[in-house]
Amino acid sequence: MLADKDRIFTNLYGFQPWNLKSAQARGDWDNTKDLMKRGQDAIIEEIKASGLRGRGGAGFPTGLKWSFMPKEPRADRPSFLVINADESEPGSCKDREIIRHDPHKLIEGALIAGYAMRARAAYIYIRGEFIREAETLFAAVQEAYDAGLLGKNAAKSGYDFDVFVHRGAGAYICGEETAMIESLEGKKGQPRLKPPFPAGAGLYGCPTTVNNVESIAVVPTILRRGATWFASFGRENNKGTKLFQISGHVERPCVVEEEMGIPFRDLIDKHCGGIRGGWDNLLAVIPGGSSVPLVPAAEIMDAPMDFDGLKAVGSGLGTAAAIVMDKSTDVVQAISRISYFYKHESCGQCTPCREGTGWMWRVMERLRTGDADISEIDTLYDVTKQVEGHTICALGDAAAWPIQGLIKHFRPEIERRIRENGGALEAAE
Amino acid sequence: MADAPQIPDEAEVRARWGAFAWTAENAEKAKAVIARYPAGRQRSAVMPLLDLAQRQVGAETETQGWLPVPVIEYVAAELDMPFMRAYEVASFYTMYNLAPVGRYHVQVCGTTPCLLRGSDDVMAACKNRGMTKGKTTPDGLFTLTEVECMGTCTNAPMVQINDDNYEDLDYDAMVRILDDLAAGKQPKTGPQNPKRHTSEPEGGPTTLKEMVKANHDYRKEW
Repeated sequence: MLADKDRIFTNLYGFQPWNLKSAQARGDWDNTKDLMKRGQDAIIEEIKASGLRGRGGAGFPTGLKWSFMPKEPRADRPSFLVINADESEPGSCKDREIIRHDPHKLIEGALIAGYAMRARAAYIYIRGEFIREAETLFAAVQEAYDAGLLGKNAAKSGYDFDVFVHRGAGAYICGEETAMIESLEGKKGQPRLKPPFPAGAGLYGCPTTVNNVESIAVVPTILRRGATWFASFGRENNKGTKLFQISGHVERPCVVEEEMGIPFRDLIDKHCGGIRGGWDNLLAVIPGGSSVPLVPAAEIMDAPMDFDGLKAVGSGLGTAAAIVMDKSTDVVQAISRISYFYKHESCGQCTPCREGTGWMWRVMERLRTGDADISEIDTLYDVTKQVEGHTICALGDAAAWPIQGLIKHFRPEIERRIRENGGALEAAE
Repeated sequence: MADAPQIPDEAEVRARWGAFAWTAENAEKAKAVIARYPAGRQRSAVMPLLDLAQRQVGAETETQGWLPVPVIEYVAAELDMPFMRAYEVASFYTMYNLAPVGRYHVQVCGTTPCLLRGSDDVMAACKNRGMTKGKTTPDGLFTLTEVECMGTCTNAPMVQINDDNYEDLDYDAMVRILDDLAAGKQPKTGPQNPKRHTSEPEGGPTTLKEMVKANHDYRKEW
């Protein structure tokens, strides 16, 4: 098990105050100026060497992403850092803990990351429903300004940097980076076509990098302890520590920071008190938030919880939000509810997604009750394939994958319901 | 679009809200909001200003608040943008109420992680109190909405009522919360499970135990 001294988010549960004074006593904002003195390229190289991959789901190497930003921004085209705190993926609840209990890790990370990528300012886009969390964040940013850690000559580094907080208003799609930029510009959150990529033309047409809260908040600690420290955890290509969020049918759901690649069984036994009703009662797990396909019990039990380990079982790490389902679960209903979620959250821009998500949900509801024909399972699968990859953003894919996972692993269960329902009809006749 | 909101824009709405303007306090807040964005990019402030306007309407009507068309027009004019662009934003994001709501907007999360932990029981507690999804109770006290994932999945099931979360719910806890609100009392917010502080495992954390009692500095052990 990861030692407490190697955990980055020491106030994860909020037993201690979030304020600047307490955060400084825990080690935040400790001589930030010296970290920045290492120079912009050295910081980017250090983050590259640490193996940090984006914590928002896609897992793109963070240091590499920063290196796409212009080295000499023009005065009329400043660069921006946008921090994605629009945490809305069902199962995910880690950024919330960072924001409400350790906000200064995020704000210090914003300054250092913004400096490294030569940005003029950071916008933290926090989801609208995080009302109390946003209040904390606004207050923490104000504390940092009052202490001279942000603004002109931030933290006495000689670098001018602003951090602004922007509240969303209830739209999952704004977690997609270009939709987030649209929303920041005061429009509907509808994703943009890429290219141009945000690093070329993002917020207000200026070079922009969008990073997840966790990716930014771990940066100061990585710099303080060194890339080799961070890279000493996890497997090749899957380095570091990670906030895991375990919900559903475990004895004690929780958020916990652990080493990347921890076997699923260890994660659950050490921190969650096991599966409700014991390991034999485990049905399936959605290991990375609602967008990734579910994995049946036998395959997930000893799978390493990291990018490659979960890819190997046909799923993904996503945001490391494990939704655990025991054998009492109506698995078709569980996935159908996810289909409803995507139907609700489709922004309506691309036809395959706008029409497809509603269609898929309606068929899923009929499969749930068995009011369908066996051939419709293949039709549904075919439609998911037509939605997947045919939309501007990945919401279409995210709506398709859970259904594909269900059909792949639980086809006999769906067929049973249809047969039993049909059988009941025949008996009635 | 059977479930599209019915937008009230009748003579009464215009008569009631046609003269909407910021209160002195909110005018200051609006100025501070606009200053967060670069010059000439004031349209970025449309979301926070719509939120502020909804809150002002809420304060005046003693509800969570909503956005009558004349109020959206006012915000659009403030930001020098066409009404339709502001209306698009107001209708796109779910947190803007386009029709009046009750004193308490009871938003029960029904997405899968909450579903697995018993959100149906939470919903039943609301329904047994006479609430109907998408409707306001006749006394104007509660409006019930089923919402999508609110990002507190390890404390499922949960409900957000106006600005506060109530987590780790079951049927009885939900009944108690609604009773308290109806009686004009403020229930305890956050996790309702007495064995939990926030998102740690029930009964106490498995990690970082020093932090429970003191602001421990782990750097000494690096």
